[in-house]
Amino acid sequence: MATQNRPLSPHLQVYRLPLTALMSITHRITGVGLTFGTLLLTWWITAAAYGKPEFDQVQAFLGSWIGLILLLGFSFALFFHLCNGLRHLFWDFGRYFELHETRRADVIVLIGAAAMTAATWVMVL
Amino acid sequence: MTSNSSSLRSPLGRARGLGSAKEGTHHWWVQRLTAIALIPLTMWLVASIVALSGSGYDAFILWFGQPINATVMILFLGVAFHHAQLGMQVVIEDYVSHHGWRVTLNILVKFACYGLATLSIVSILTIAFGA
Repeated sequence: MATQNRPLSPHLQVYRLPLTALMSITHRITGVGLTFGTLLLTWWITAAAYGKPEFDQVQAFLGSWIGLILLLGFSFALFFHLCNGLRHLFWDFGRYFELHETRRADVIVLIGAAAMTAATWVMVL
Repeated sequence: MTSNSSSLRSPLGRARGLGSAKEGTHHWWVQRLTAIALIPLTMWLVASIVALSGSGYDAFILWFGQPINATVMILFLGVAFHHAQLGMQVVIEDYVSHHGWRVTLNILVKFACYGLATLSIVSILTIAFGA
């Protein structure tokens, strides 16, 4: 076939996304996740305004296994979005667009987000 | 947009700059502005939660009873919910192709974000005023 050697556009189901692309979609996913996470934050603050029994109820939920897993995800999503958001601000100034720079930034953001999450939980627990 | 006689751009040029959304770079700019504001506000909130962890209801009420803490928390809530709404809007506009659903979802997200923002801010004020 004459069309055999034409370049094909990558199909999402067979194309392994490079790390930079995964970081990009993770930024959006964490952003949406954090938006839903505000429900938890609002519940916590509002319960405190209602009184001690309501607040203790939320604290008990947050201290449960489900609560702790949610908070772990919440904290990592927050630090990932914060670190990767900083890199987006550098991009807005037209900086660090070269391939080797984006790869380095991928690693810095991932290590930074993991370190901040770990440091927070070490201080809390 | 007010016309500026000292500008070198023609009225048509300025109108074109507004683009198809008819609002220019406003959305983009506010998303960045709220992002920058959220950097120190988020660090403060994380530090507050770390400081409050392990202590109970009384410590929470005492902490947000301080005017400076209530102020920074209200700033965080207002800016964070605004940033969330702007971000969700971009995600919805990118992935929801059906016009009716796109508009409906964006309206629901706006109502939810500003409703939750108001509820949480009123709650902080309730604590701050010691009601």
